[in-house]
Amino acid sequence: MTTQDPQDAAPDALPDNPDTAPSNWGRLAGNIFTAQSTPLVTLLAIVLALLVGAILIIISDPAAMRELGYFFSRPSDFFNTAWHDVQSGYSDLFKGSIFNPSYINGTPSQFFGPITSTLEDATPLIFGGLAVTVAFRGGMFNIGGQGMTIVGAIATVYVAFSWTGLPGPLHLIVSILAGIVGGGALGLLVGWLKARRGAHEVVVTIMLNYVMYFFLQNYLLTTPAFHDPTKAGQSLSKPAAHGSVLPHLFGHELNTDIGLLIALAATILVAWFFQRSKLGFEIRAVGLNPAAARTAGISVARVQIWAMVISGGLMGLIGMSQVLGLNNPNNNSLSPNVDANLGFNAITVALLGRTKPWGVVWASLLYGAFQAGASVMQANDHISTDIIGVIEALIVIFVSAPQLIKEIFRLRNRDAATVGAAA
Amino acid sequence: MTTATITPHAEVAEETKDRSRLVAGLAEVLVGAFGLWAFGLGSRTGDGVRALIGFGVKAGTYQLSLPAKGVALGLSALAILCGLVTVFAPVSVVVRRWIAGVYLVAMVLAFLVWAAAGQSAGLPIPSVVLQTALATVPLVLGSMSALLSERSGVVNIAVEGQFLAGAFTAALTASMTGNVWVGLVAGMAAGVAMSMLLAFFANRYLIEQVVLGVVINVLAAGLTGFLYDRLMAGNGAEYNSPPLLKNWHIPGLDSIPVIGQLFQQNIVFYAAYLIVPVLWYLLYQTRWGLRTRAVGEHPLAADTVGIKVLGLRYQNLFYAGLLSGLGGVWFTIGNTGLFGKNMTAGKGYIALAALIVGRWSPLGAFASSLMFGFALALQYFLSPLGTPIPTAFLQMTPYAVTIFVVAVIGKKARPPAASNKPFKKG
Repeated sequence: MTTQDPQDAAPDALPDNPDTAPSNWGRLAGNIFTAQSTPLVTLLAIVLALLVGAILIIISDPAAMRELGYFFSRPSDFFNTAWHDVQSGYSDLFKGSIFNPSYINGTPSQFFGPITSTLEDATPLIFGGLAVTVAFRGGMFNIGGQGMTIVGAIATVYVAFSWTGLPGPLHLIVSILAGIVGGGALGLLVGWLKARRGAHEVVVTIMLNYVMYFFLQNYLLTTPAFHDPTKAGQSLSKPAAHGSVLPHLFGHELNTDIGLLIALAATILVAWFFQRSKLGFEIRAVGLNPAAARTAGISVARVQIWAMVISGGLMGLIGMSQVLGLNNPNNNSLSPNVDANLGFNAITVALLGRTKPWGVVWASLLYGAFQAGASVMQANDHISTDIIGVIEALIVIFVSAPQLIKEIFRLRNRDAATVGAAA
Repeated sequence: MTTATITPHAEVAEETKDRSRLVAGLAEVLVGAFGLWAFGLGSRTGDGVRALIGFGVKAGTYQLSLPAKGVALGLSALAILCGLVTVFAPVSVVVRRWIAGVYLVAMVLAFLVWAAAGQSAGLPIPSVVLQTALATVPLVLGSMSALLSERSGVVNIAVEGQFLAGAFTAALTASMTGNVWVGLVAGMAAGVAMSMLLAFFANRYLIEQVVLGVVINVLAAGLTGFLYDRLMAGNGAEYNSPPLLKNWHIPGLDSIPVIGQLFQQNIVFYAAYLIVPVLWYLLYQTRWGLRTRAVGEHPLAADTVGIKVLGLRYQNLFYAGLLSGLGGVWFTIGNTGLFGKNMTAGKGYIALAALIVGRWSPLGAFASSLMFGFALALQYFLSPLGTPIPTAFLQMTPYAVTIFVVAVIGKKARPPAASNKPFKKG
């Protein structure tokens, strides 16, 4: 989980100054989420979150709760049911995400099916995690993933179903770029409101989520320009043209598209951006200490706007991969719930990835695995996929409070200053 | 809330002041001119069309008939005048604020006259008042909850999560026991559980509070969604069919014309409106209030004179949880009954915006809650009028209005100095 690029670690080494403006979440997040937490703490946080999830599964099973009522006369009933609930749930989680042992001699699609689903589910999370990371490093908190995803998806799907005159590969590339531009445009609005008008970006982004959702569902998908006439009564856009759909990455049997490659390319680009580019440096500087950055001659407003534009563009790529990717259940057309809660999951991904590009990739793989497994778990065991949101949020909370993990597991506390690290 | 606003240096602020006034005034003029064109000169308000404004509780009674065109034109012109005064007249800040208020009211009235123009049903004012008051309830409770915690230095973005937890728990427990009061208490307790989670991790483990709040919201949405699917979706009769809180008629007041319906509501409704003056009194007139504000502005100083900073923060977050839990209760057993996934639909965040716009004061937050409540209620009393505005845009209105207002208030809003700053003794 911890990719310790030396240049990325540098900001965390800066001394804490209690007088700096409290807005620099980049610095705070960096400190909190790297501080003294080790891979062990991350692992224990995951275990702890899964334990809480197990408890939830048990207490929400009416049968188990009935048996708890006569626990002292026949405790075995309760333990059997509880064990069965949790065991079948979590083993399906594993089978759906990593590997299903019963297919040890199966076809390639059976053998690699779960792991490729995980990769496919991880793809949009990588985009989202990177998006939140860029904003974070610039001292801003982008919780507008849903809205930006929707705008990106609208732009992508429009290009993908209407500009059919373009030759195949070019059509795909233009569709992808449209997603970036769409998300970036909304990011520009947020950044402008934040930098020039002083509107709090958390409020603005969350409100834009609802604005865009209602716009898409109740307006855009009812207009003849977007609504698919063959899908009367359904909120679906016209499907993307065949040439603009993301091709399979590992052959037609397996459920991974080249969105994954784009995501990895984006990761490399963002990592390069923060290490080498001028704007990336400025974003980090503004995130660490806006007052100092301004003194050094950096235009804080310009940097904040750019950070939000880049963040929005990356969020737009979620929309792109949701529309053009293999995960789209609606024949590559746009549906109102295109976001599928990815905008919010991106936040937990970025936090678990400690707002570092490669950390985001690892965190996305983990959460992608949860998502891929959760759909199997829901189908087989009637355990709602919503439990993944609970587990993910708990992991982030536990990871960000390493001291709690250390207290619970009675780990030796090598550094007494752990708690103070974020003060 | 925070802070992420970067305070410009003094000289920069001076320079931008005139410009922002110019921009604000010109924006007012532009929107006013649009109003003039759309509301006054459009086909809906043609010559001789009357706008009926009803004042009776029953539809179509005690109606006032206005010439739609003239009134809409007059109100739009008044709005444009307000914008021009803001740009050109050398008026003080206080006067400008009043002018902004007049501008807003004129625009809204012009819009309503346009909406009611030519409709035989007319615009029933009592229904507007009632819908607004109902939509405001969770916003008031949420913003008062956030106010309590932010004035003592903890950012409570988790209002949304507290709403959801309260709404779910109230519906579940009231359904299972058949007793609304159990639901009420359990819902408030669930709000407290969520706020104590925030308090615990913010005060003890010093996690960044805004991030933590959002993660807690994700947690609450996941938790309630999961339990909804597990329990309520399959067996709604047992787990999701709560009784509703009884409405109490206040004798005498409930027969006042126009606003009488406001005195025929349930206990959560009354509590939401009573809490505002109570909180104002407690915050500004009592020892607890002074200490709370001290802890929110300068915890170190407060600590030096012997106030237990963390103790007070925990205490206030406990009260905050009670309030937003009550706000959650409103969503289910206080209003519609059934729980639905993510039924709060961002109202916790709107409550926070109301707090920012109201500049962290109880009365200001109440006033801006009313404004957002009006925006939320808009779709309910406009849809019978058959305006050409698509439903989607009416649904968007409260959220768009929130963005707009937060952008207008912008840098002028200054949060309590220590909000979002963890305190560590020693």
